Amino acid sequence: MAKTHVTMKVNGAEVEGLVEPRTLLVHFIRENLQLTGTHIGCETTHCGACTVDIDGMSVKSCTMFAVQADGSDIITVEGIANADGTLSALQEGFRMMHGLQCGFCTPGMIVRAHRLLKENPSPSEPEIRMGISGNICRCTGYQNIVKAIQYASAKINGVEFQEAAE
Amino acid sequence: MIPGSFSYHRPASVADAVKLLADLGEDARPLAGGHSLVPMMKLRLASPAHLIDLHGIAGLKGISRNGDTVVIGAMTTQHDLLASDEIARSAPILHETALLIADPQVRYRGTIGGNVANGDPGNDMPALMMTLGASYRLEGPGGARDLPAADFYQGAYFTALEPGEILTSVSFPALAAGHGYAYEKLKRKVGDYATAAAAVVLTMAGGKVATCTIGLTNVHETPLLAVDAARAVIGTSLDAAALKTAAAAAEAIMAPAADARGPVEYRKHVGGIMVTRALQRAAAGAK
Repeated sequence: MAKTHVTMKVNGAEVEGLVEPRTLLVHFIRENLQLTGTHIGCETTHCGACTVDIDGMSVKSCTMFAVQADGSDIITVEGIANADGTLSALQEGFRMMHGLQCGFCTPGMIVRAHRLLKENPSPSEPEIRMGISGNICRCTGYQNIVKAIQYASAKINGVEFQEAAE
Repeated sequence: MIPGSFSYHRPASVADAVKLLADLGEDARPLAGGHSLVPMMKLRLASPAHLIDLHGIAGLKGISRNGDTVVIGAMTTQHDLLASDEIARSAPILHETALLIADPQVRYRGTIGGNVANGDPGNDMPALMMTLGASYRLEGPGGARDLPAADFYQGAYFTALEPGEILTSVSFPALAAGHGYAYEKLKRKVGDYATAAAAVVLTMAGGKVATCTIGLTNVHETPLLAVDAARAVIGTSLDAAALKTAAAAAEAIMAPAADARGPVEYRKHVGGIMVTRALQRAAAGAK
C-alpha cells in the first residue's frame, strides 16, 4: 500500500513521516516519533491510556489514523512539563497527591486533565470525575487522581490546595 | 490491533465524496468520527478497501437556525453540540442526550451524522431525532432528498441510505416554548450503550399533558416511537394510573435482545421505568 507523507506539530516541534493509511496515530507517535509516553492499553477506545491532545481536543489516538492528523498540532505527555523543564501543575499534583500506582494510565490521565483544566480551570469534584470518565485506572480507585487534579486546579488559580476531609 | 489495508480519500466537497462513493462502490465507506468504524476495522469485522474521510468538507460542520428549523451539519461533533448556545436554547434535550454518549474523548470526535446514520440500535440520537420529528438530508448521485428520521431505520445497521448516498445534515422544528423534556438512559457504566433509554418531549396546559412524544433507544432492532404510550398520557395529569398505562404500552412494542445488559424481560421492565421517569421529569420541567 502506498505510503502518505504527513507533517504535524508535536509538542511544539515540526515532525514528518511516511505512513500507510492504516497506521494508527498512536503507532506513529510511539514507533515513528519514539515518543513512548503515550500508552496503548485496550486498543478498543475504552481505556484512554492513549489520549493525546489534538488541536485542543482530547482524542484517543488508537482510534484515529495518522493520516487524519496531517497538519494538526498535538501535545503528548512528553509536552506537558513547563518550558523550563520543571513539573507542570498537573505533574506536580500527581506527584504530591500520589495520583498513580502502576502508572500505566497516568499519561492519558494527565493529558486528558490538561484539556479539562484548560476548558474549566475550577472544576467541581463531579466535573473532574465526569471529565476523566473516558480514562480507566485499575489501581487507585481514582481518589488520588481526583485530588491530583484538584491540586493542579488550585495551583493554576493561585490558591492553596485544601484536601477535603474524608 | 491493526486494520486491514485501505486507500484513504479526503474529498473537499460533498459532490466529490458522493462521486467517490459511487465510483468505488460497496468497497468504500464514508468515515465520520470513526469511533464505530475504526474499532470494527481493528477487529477486522470491517475491512473496507477505501475510506472516504468527510473531515475535509468544511460545509458539513455547524449548527444553524433557519426560522423555526434547527439544522445541524452531519460532521458536527457531540462536543460541538454540548458547546452550542443555540442547542442549549433551542433543544436542551439534545444537550442532555449528548452528555450521556460515551465519554469526553469520544464526544470530541463522534459526530451526530455518524451516530444517526450508522443504524446501530444502541446509539442514542436516532430515537431522539424521531422524537423531535427530525428529517435527514441524504445526498447521492441522483441529487438530494429529505427523509423523516422515523422512516430511516429498517433494521439493525440497515437504513434507507442508498448506495452512494451520504447523510449530510439533520434538521428539526424548534421546540415549543415552555416544553418539558427528558432523556432517561440506564447504562451499566460511562461509555456503555443503554440497557434501555427513553426520550420524552411534552407540553402541559392547565396541569394536564397537551402534547407528548416518546422515543425509545436500544429496546428493539431499530429506534422506536412509542405512539400508544404517548397517546395514553395526553389529557392526563400524569397520575399513577396514566404512568402505568404508558409504561405498559411502551413495553408492549419493545423487543430487546438478551445480552450482557440483561435478559429480555429485565430490559423491557427497565424500559418501562425509563419511560415513567422521563415523563415525570419532563412534566416537572414544563412551563
